[in-house]
Formats: sequence, C-alpha cells, structure tokens
Amino acid sequence: MSREAVLVDADWVEAHLSDPNIVLVEVDEDVSAYDKGHIRGAVKVDWKADLQDPVRRDFIDKAGFEKLLSSRGIGNDDTVILYGGNNNWFAAYAYWYFKLYGHENIKLLDGGRKKWELDSRELTDEAVSRPATSYQAKDVDTSIRAFRDDAIAAIGNLNLVDVRSPDEFSGKLLAPAHLPQEQSQRGGHIPTAKNIPWSKAANDDGTFRSDDELRTLYGDAGVDFGKDTIAYCRIGERSAHTWFVLHEILDQPNVKNYDGSWTEYGSLVGVPISLGADG
Amino acid sequence: MCGAVAGGLPAGVDAGKEAVIQGVVSRDGVPVVGYVRLLDGTGEFTAEVPTSATGEFRFFAAPGTWTVRALVPGGTADRVVNAAIGEIAQVEVAV
Repeated sequence: MSREAVLVDADWVEAHLSDPNIVLVEVDEDVSAYDKGHIRGAVKVDWKADLQDPVRRDFIDKAGFEKLLSSRGIGNDDTVILYGGNNNWFAAYAYWYFKLYGHENIKLLDGGRKKWELDSRELTDEAVSRPATSYQAKDVDTSIRAFRDDAIAAIGNLNLVDVRSPDEFSGKLLAPAHLPQEQSQRGGHIPTAKNIPWSKAANDDGTFRSDDELRTLYGDAGVDFGKDTIAYCRIGERSAHTWFVLHEILDQPNVKNYDGSWTEYGSLVGVPISLGADG
Repeated sequence: MCGAVAGGLPAGVDAGKEAVIQGVVSRDGVPVVGYVRLLDGTGEFTAEVPTSATGEFRFFAAPGTWTVRALVPGGTADRVVNAAIGEIAQVEVAV
C-alpha cells in the first residue's frame, strides 16, 4: 500500500460525492455528531452499537458484519471512504475493522471531520438512504489483531508501541483527559513499550504527517522496522490510527492492533507493568 | 462525552476526584464552534474535544499546568491554565 492507495483528501471527496460506487461512512466517538451534520450522502456506523458485541467484549461476528454493511447499502465492490471526529481515531478503527473482515477497497479521508469543518465545507442533516445489498464478508484476518497473550509475549521481543499520551503512559492518567478517570485497575504501561503518542503522527488539522516525518518519528523513538510491531492504547481506537500509519501508509509488514489495550492489560492479574516515562 | 454542556458536571462524575478544565471559545465576544486541544506542561498533545454548539468545552485533567489550544475556522489561540483535584478551572479562549 501507499499513501495514495489509502488516503483521499477533501477535494477528492467533494468531486466524488455523486459517485454511486463510492460510499462515505462516518464513524465518531461522539455518536451524535453525524446526526447534527454529515458530509452529503454519508452513512453512519456507530462504533459501539454497530461494531461491538452487545454482551461480551468482542467484535460482532461475520454474519453480523454482513448484515450491518448490507443494511447500510455497502457492496463488496464499493469503495468505502471513512471519516470521523477525533482526528479519525474511530474512522481508523473502522478501517482496521473493515480490513479484518476483508473489505478490499477502503480509504480514509485525510484529516477527517475536523479538517472538513475547519475548511468550512458543507455538512448536512439530510437523511441518507442507500439500497440494501447482500454483503459477503471474509473470515476474520487475525494477522492484524493482537490479543493479550500476544502483548505479553512481545515484551522485550517485538516493537510495542503505546500511543497514549505521556501522562497515560506514565500512569498519571488512566484515560484520555476528555473522559472521566475511571477505567483500568492499574495505571502504567507494558514493559519495554515505546511511548509514541498517536498525535505525533498528525498535524493540528488532523491530516497525517509526511512519510519522511513519520519514518523519522518512529525510527527516532526506537521502533525497529525489522521487527514485528504491536500497537495499543486504551481501547484500540487510537492505536488503530497508529496501525494505519505503520501498516498502511509506511507499508510495514506484521503490524497488529491490540484492541484489548490498556483497559484489558491494566486489569489483568499478575502481568508486569512499568511506571514512569521510560519503557 | 465530547462537546461540553453548560452548568455542572455530567451525572455520575465525582467532582471531588476530578481536575476539571472547562470554558468557552469566542471570537469578538461571540461563542464560536471548533475544536479545543489540551497540551501538557511540555507542550505535548493530551486530548482534544469539539466544542458544543455554543463554544463550550471540558477536560478531565490531572493537577498541574496545561495549555488549552482552540482551533476554529481561520484561527487558533492558546491559553495556559492550572488544574487541581476537586476544582473546576474556568478558561475563556478568545480567537
């Protein structure tokens, strides 16, 4: 993959708003954002209600994913353009999720909803309805998803990239600072992890930094590009952003997103935890 | 969760345990809609929220000195603010 293969800019989106084979999909942390205004023609996916199993902590199954995409009018051959708030955190999460179920043609709107808004581009509250499809998902691709045992086994062996803020990494905060601070049982980070906040990969307007800047960022922070990598954060959405950078933009093989992340690891009994600014 | 609302803290939040930073972004005295970033004492990004429809925002921080950066169409502005547990630091950001 390359930047051109996985990203589009706002001008491109505006030029393709009427293309029936391009489906804009908005995914936000604030699930009410879409209803207040969205890009014309975009459908909504709720990262929690639509993408999470309602009982256990896991994804919806293959049949559930097929039902979801069919109901949104997304066909197997459609090009999906994802965008959302929070600098595309949840859009990147949905991108990774769609890849898990094998959707081929998918890209992110660089800068997401924020860049679109800061450019004062059109948003509408018009209801969107697309004809239902019969979407066929593939079996889950676990080569891009890490589980807790993978994270533990990676200590001292693979690149562990903790993409949370420095205060979450050190144990000072348990959650991003716009959320109340009740989350995992313990603060800190997985030993030997490098703290490379997701935000360093993005400009203030939410667009991704250049390929050279990104390679320098991760290389200088100690990521060995010759090794496999696991990225994590609190619940896997910010680390999906970093997974996107490493795996999709920089074309690094064997990068996994640990979506259990700190809310799981920081509540496990008996696993090692490091505190402070160092890995 | 993101856009803040006027008045007190959300239900279920124990104000005594939180170091809250909240306020309003305005331009020429009129509230403006945009985004607000929270930067730590070293200038590192910590969090970001969209404002409410009336320019309001809120963070749950930790004690210490922070910078609040407002991003709105056509402008940005920074304000330094101190946060403490059990207190609400109110900050008005003029762009």
